[in-house]
Amino acid sequence: MQSFAYERAATLAQAIGAAAEPDTMVIAGGTELLNWMKDGITAPRRLVDLNGLSGLDGVAVDDRGLKIGALARMSDLAEHPAIRRDWPAVSQALLQSASAQIRTMASIGGNLMQRTRCPYFRAEVDLPCNRRRPGSGCAALAGEDRSAAIFGWTEQCVATHPSDVAVALAALNAVVHVDGPGGPRAIPVTDLHPLPGHGAVRETVLEPGELITAITVPAAAAARRSHYLKLRERASYEFALVAAAVGLDLDGAVIREARIALGGVAAKPWRLRKTEEALRGLTLADGPALRRALDAGFAEARPLRRNGFKVELAKRAVIRALQIAGDVA
Amino acid sequence: MDVEPTTIEAPEDEVDATPRVNGRSRHLRIDPRVTLLDALRDHFGLTGTKKGCDRGECGACTVHIDGRRALSCLTLAVMADGRDITTIEGLTEGDQLHPVQAAFIEHDAFQCGFCTPGQIMSAVACIREGHAGSDDEIREFMSGNLCRCAAYPQIVAAVRAAAAATGI
Repeated sequence: MQSFAYERAATLAQAIGAAAEPDTMVIAGGTELLNWMKDGITAPRRLVDLNGLSGLDGVAVDDRGLKIGALARMSDLAEHPAIRRDWPAVSQALLQSASAQIRTMASIGGNLMQRTRCPYFRAEVDLPCNRRRPGSGCAALAGEDRSAAIFGWTEQCVATHPSDVAVALAALNAVVHVDGPGGPRAIPVTDLHPLPGHGAVRETVLEPGELITAITVPAAAAARRSHYLKLRERASYEFALVAAAVGLDLDGAVIREARIALGGVAAKPWRLRKTEEALRGLTLADGPALRRALDAGFAEARPLRRNGFKVELAKRAVIRALQIAGDVA
Repeated sequence: MDVEPTTIEAPEDEVDATPRVNGRSRHLRIDPRVTLLDALRDHFGLTGTKKGCDRGECGACTVHIDGRRALSCLTLAVMADGRDITTIEGLTEGDQLHPVQAAFIEHDAFQCGFCTPGQIMSAVACIREGHAGSDDEIREFMSGNLCRCAAYPQIVAAVRAAAAATGI
């Protein structure tokens, strides 16, 4: 690990000022950043510790919704009674993330700043990866692509974003609040992680010095009736192959509104907007109609050589999650 | 296993931290790169906390920070300043084993023993958190502690027995 200077930020303004400087990174839980530094993925010359900032780790609930401070820890949010009651998919996604130890350490802001688990990005030896070394290529394109994206990839990158809770937040129309040298602004969770294009691959839309301060999640019937379904190759402590976060607003048996976000399929949480529209007015008992609605959302799926299974797996995951959320499973 | 160096050549880069380790304030003047794990083992001689993967994947380095289980390999020692750190050495009361330690012996919940301190620290927290209500719940909330000897059935039995004995 390259040597670095360590300092504690006393105020948010100080943290923003420091974070805007070159070769400076901020640390909260440290569960991602320390591994990047140990593996040489990143080598800051200065680390700014955010943990002493006051007022950034709370949870507030009112009629409009939920506000989570960026420094709130994953385990505290997962067990929060109001989150479990009114935004259950958020709690479920958190409880299925990482391990109990990591959840007590990791902050929700840091969770959204995670980087991909693509084996080429995390490799101990130097392999082509445009996220790791811009311009070096994408080894996954001609290599191990089983865990890679089926939506929104380009020849620059086929990686997926690993966060579970980001998928639940995306389905529930959450907004990320940031503050920075240019002042505060709000970014929908679905816009935080840009899809790869044909040039340099960006991790997030945040500008230098911009820090996540809070996440808000609107109150909604579809949030109260929400569910997160995670499919993985181990029963616990594993990233998703495919995950589905759904929210339902029902009028009796009829779907008034459905919201669906997928994990494990793209470089960001992937909303299935066409499926959501097609589900309006259907009942959960109408299997063939649900399948047609799912097919509409997957029309733009482009599986790679070894991850074609994700298309069918994700469709079934959504149907199962809808049935569970609708109490018809 | 390689142990990362815990001192550096440039003393001006060193930082001070005073964690409370097993109830006792301990001063450190160290390179900011030093993890809590390396500080515990190499500066304080508390080698009960084990270095397995050093990447937060195996759980062998689990300690309690302010009463909550945490991975000491993913914690910078300087960030433990002012915090309460409990290691496996801090669980016993004199010669009296902690009930979870006694349960691990009673249920033969280890073979090689390398993961055991981390398993026990995690289990103490798991029980305290109220997540030891069933075998499935224990397996889920202990999944961050790997055992290459695969003593998992005995570990689950030990945690279940210790939870029952402590009335949770």
